[in-house]
Amino acid sequence: MPAITYVVPDGSVHVVDVPVGQSVMDGSVRNNLPGIVAECGGSCSCATCHVYLDGEFADRFDDATDEEQELLEYAEGARPTSRLSCQLIVTGSCDGVRVTVAPEA
Amino acid sequence: MARNPGPRPAHTDGPQQAAGPEARVVVVGAGHGGAALVALLRQGGHRGEIVLIGDEPEHPYQRPPLSKKFTSGELEQVIRPREFYAEQQVVLQLGERVTGLDAAAQKLTTTSGGTFGYDFLVLATGARPRPLPAPGANLDGVAALRTLADARVLRDWLAERRRLVIVGAGYIGLEVAAVATAAGVPVTVLEREERVLNRVASSELSAILTAAHGARGVDIRVDAQVCALAGNGAVREVVLGSGGTLPADGVLVGIGAIPNTELAEAAGLACAGGIVVDETARTSDPAVLAIGDATVRPVAGVGRMRLESIPSATEQAKQAAATILGTPPPAPELPWFWSDQLDLKLKIAGVVLPGREVVLRGDPGIGRFALFHLERGQVRAVETANSPAEFMAGKKLIASGVLVDPVRLADPAVPLRDVSTGAC
Repeated sequence: MPAITYVVPDGSVHVVDVPVGQSVMDGSVRNNLPGIVAECGGSCSCATCHVYLDGEFADRFDDATDEEQELLEYAEGARPTSRLSCQLIVTGSCDGVRVTVAPEA
Repeated sequence: MARNPGPRPAHTDGPQQAAGPEARVVVVGAGHGGAALVALLRQGGHRGEIVLIGDEPEHPYQRPPLSKKFTSGELEQVIRPREFYAEQQVVLQLGERVTGLDAAAQKLTTTSGGTFGYDFLVLATGARPRPLPAPGANLDGVAALRTLADARVLRDWLAERRRLVIVGAGYIGLEVAAVATAAGVPVTVLEREERVLNRVASSELSAILTAAHGARGVDIRVDAQVCALAGNGAVREVVLGSGGTLPADGVLVGIGAIPNTELAEAAGLACAGGIVVDETARTSDPAVLAIGDATVRPVAGVGRMRLESIPSATEQAKQAAATILGTPPPAPELPWFWSDQLDLKLKIAGVVLPGREVVLRGDPGIGRFALFHLERGQVRAVETANSPAEFMAGKKLIASGVLVDPVRLADPAVPLRDVSTGAC
């Protein structure tokens, strides 16, 4: 199972095994990590699962849809590396991926 | 120890309220608010006992799919995996109701005879569908939509292609109408007011949605009174105030919800159309908090009101967690809401009130637009469809209180970061 590293807003680091096919958001919710609220349950509606995905891992996931890009454009703390973790679906090539949860997620 | 000045009778022999990570917490209601709270408490380092009591047999589940995805395999979605609660040392009491509450002694009992003492009781009791005040409302084939069990009934109706009449053009009614119509089931929506979403949306949005539903074949009738439901055992027709009738194999009643305040009232808590809470989720009893649809809560710029939404319940769960843990209260959040209808992803931020200037940006004809509600040049609310940037930027404009130029705001070619006049 791919291991995903989460850096959460209090600075602590958590390594979590996330099953292939689940989202990076699911892995956080499943393990009750702080920071990702996931208010809309993963329907790309709320932007409360905002993370920064380091550039070296960007190609491990599908590109952001127009909808995700628009949500992120005006999200609090938005950066070029911003993604919504509900849209980051884990595949076999995601082992070792590291995300930083945005402060206002 | 200082005596508590609150309305709760002082007592010295019973358990005492004590904020902090060791407090015993009992949460009544396992919906979105209750489920969020127990997770947030453990995230915040809470070590004390946590009991979560829910009257439905299911583990806490996502409610939005009940009206949006009830014909699909995505209907049944748990909020957290079922094993989550045991792993987080949350005692889950499902299919249980509270049968007795002794607020002075800080303990309650449940249907199966369990007794739970608490330092903090959190009422997350939600709301129940308002029953149709008309003869025949108890016939077979008349249903409401609040629970997973309700949604399964609705799903079965649609599978049988039964003619559906929906009473009430609120969000639930319109979402179900959209799904049913897409599934090829004939739907008529009856609304007693002059427009759909009369209580919660602007007249501009109502008009756009009415047209969109009509174009997809949903038969919406406003100013329509339901006098009675008729049938022999099972409903067969709806008798209208106009004297006419409508054939119906199933009737969905979606005319609003009644907050479940009975437990709060029995405990002597202040209630006024909901359990009265402050911005820390406290009720009039310092040992009792309340969150979610059952509450009337402070809303910045509006006053106290009932907000029926997941974001509001989640925000109040954060407030309650901070109160229980004795940590600083979270920053106030802007109310928001979402709804999926037809091919429209609707997102609304702020509280929509009448009498404001409404600025349209985008094109309702292609299903991509935003309605900005201005008051003295400031954005107070925004209703958007398929416009996530307008929604997110709108939230920021509302929160900042910056003055905006309505002409630039209406022009989709002007980026939303350039619509302010620069003054506050």
